[in-house]
Amino acid sequence: MMFISVEHTRQLLAQHGYIADVGLSTSIFLSTRMGKALFLEGEPGVGKTEVAKVLSALTHAPLIRLQCYEGIDVSQAVYEWNYPHQLLAMQTGSAKDDLFSERFLLKRPLLQAIDAAHTVSPVLLIDEIDRADEEFESYLLELLADYQFTIPELGTLRAHHKPVVVITSNRTREVHDALKRRCAYCWIDYPSREKELEILQRKSPHTGPLLARQVVDFVQALRKHELYKLPGVAETLDWAEALEHLSTEVLDAATVNQTLGMILKYQDDVDKVRSGLLETLVAQVAG
Amino acid sequence: MSSPVDTDQTDQTGQDVRRMVFMENMVLFTRELRGAGIPIALGQVQDFLRALELVRIDKREEVFHAARSMLIGQQDHLLVFETVFDRFFTPEVAPGPLPQTMPRAPRHPVREKPFDITTYMAYKARLFDEEIDVGDKAMTFSSVEALRSKDFSRLTPEELDTLRRLLHEMTWAFSQRRTPRRVPARQGDYLHLRRILRASARTGGVPIHLSWQTRTLKRRPIVLIADISGSMERYARVILLLFHTVARQFQRSSPGVECFVFGTRLTRITTQLRQKDVDLAIDQAAREVIDWSGGTRIGDSLHTFNVRWGRRVLGRGAIVIVVSDGWERGDCQVLAHEMRHVQHHCHRLIWLNPLAGQPAYQARVEGMQAAMPFIDDFLPVHNLESLLVLNKLLASLSRHVAR
Repeated sequence: MMFISVEHTRQLLAQHGYIADVGLSTSIFLSTRMGKALFLEGEPGVGKTEVAKVLSALTHAPLIRLQCYEGIDVSQAVYEWNYPHQLLAMQTGSAKDDLFSERFLLKRPLLQAIDAAHTVSPVLLIDEIDRADEEFESYLLELLADYQFTIPELGTLRAHHKPVVVITSNRTREVHDALKRRCAYCWIDYPSREKELEILQRKSPHTGPLLARQVVDFVQALRKHELYKLPGVAETLDWAEALEHLSTEVLDAATVNQTLGMILKYQDDVDKVRSGLLETLVAQVAG
Repeated sequence: MSSPVDTDQTDQTGQDVRRMVFMENMVLFTRELRGAGIPIALGQVQDFLRALELVRIDKREEVFHAARSMLIGQQDHLLVFETVFDRFFTPEVAPGPLPQTMPRAPRHPVREKPFDITTYMAYKARLFDEEIDVGDKAMTFSSVEALRSKDFSRLTPEELDTLRRLLHEMTWAFSQRRTPRRVPARQGDYLHLRRILRASARTGGVPIHLSWQTRTLKRRPIVLIADISGSMERYARVILLLFHTVARQFQRSSPGVECFVFGTRLTRITTQLRQKDVDLAIDQAAREVIDWSGGTRIGDSLHTFNVRWGRRVLGRGAIVIVVSDGWERGDCQVLAHEMRHVQHHCHRLIWLNPLAGQPAYQARVEGMQAAMPFIDDFLPVHNLESLLVLNKLLASLSRHVAR
């Protein structure tokens, strides 16, 4: 990759619409330079997945995404044989010795990422690894160690261009140290007011400066309260877009009330904000 | 290292030396971090040194973030990391090792015990308890029998000791749940296509014998939450003993056991209870808790639990056990609200109440009444007998219990 320094990384990311602080820029810079996976942890909606997307855009490399879920295993993450085709081929006699050849191999994301056919390093996004179970982490360890994978019937497949690996976690459980140790780790926090405003203006240029400031101030103030689920940057952007569709120019209590579902996803939280807090916050951001 | 010929030789050497000193200091720094309780593997130190070649080491910020990126793997450690970093890189102290501490004078006891629940209970015992027999320390049949029905709050130190050994020998079984992960099985719900294909190769591609897969079972996560406020203090030690045994038993398996205590505020004591020595473990847990035997705010504590920890520990069908007498000083509305949230996010919510062991117990306390509608199992926890009942219940919770 072509990052020269931490500052250069930050600038390149910004050029592609991703506003990163120096901590995240350092982690990205070091992980790409040292060929380590990047492990991003943080609350939902702080822009973890976005990092992989922007890295892929920045390097014009394909983005390969593996969404993790509980019970995910080799057959869904790495490879699977195409059994119905194999059975058919056996019955019609069209497969003699190549029953276990690439013809019948279904390549899942991890195998796609180390495919020798790539001409540039692809970006491999392993999203929400905390949803997968511990057993799955050991496959990743093997992959991250040598960027190769052995299929018993076929042999070892090896990457010509090491993929850039980005792993994200919402931290619904702690991921094992052995995996984290092989990665550059970064905890992404909610952005500061200035940074969030910058992101909003970047991503939603049609939002007027006054409304943008009010939206950010409101969300920032909301994050100071104890809610079951605090709004992330993704919610801020969604909300700004929703307000745009409603042709809102200035935040008022009625509009906020109407669109609260864009930023709060728990009824308990909505109730809490509606019972008194809402007016205070609106008054606070109006001034 | 290839140095350009035209560079001033002495200057170059000077730089090299300075760099070497810096690197050595960096290794010292990682040791400091380890000393502060952050686990760092050797490979991470090497990575960190490699990373330092890539950033500008005269920029404090870059060194800071490089170190954080390579050495830290948990958000919980960030604050400790920052503190150690600041201390290490503040000119008066750094660079170099910290001044050696004075050797401890032999007259001081090796383990300083703070005034915690243990000492407090011993103190109270002297004030209120009747004459204490010189109990026999062997676990004879009669002593165990007598212990079975004796209220925890009236245990003598010897009996507490016996109880501890008994608890230690108890095995705890928690119910399991089916995970989406599949394994081969003689009988199952899913076809094992890989095996079927292999077998069919012998019969010309006609699947004659079918192989099956079934879903694996896994123990449910366990979350233990204990009330240690004033009204519960006579039971606190035994409850922590119980937590320690359960936590230790499942220490090496996953998912682990999460332990919390609360009075007016919630404290997580999972890490402290990992200690093998139960007294040390409880000691360390006690040090973390600032409101031993204060008032009770169950609702607020559960709120903190829901907001801070809920999503991290309640996933995957957890079993939650709350130990409290239900004396709520705060708002009972809040308590009901938070109980509902906990119940909706776990598989089973069990409430243990030490007072419920009394023959004519009725949930008259307002807090207990508020919590009651959201409890799946309400059990007493006042003597060994009640623990045995609990043990049985936990083991017998089937996989598909309807609430």
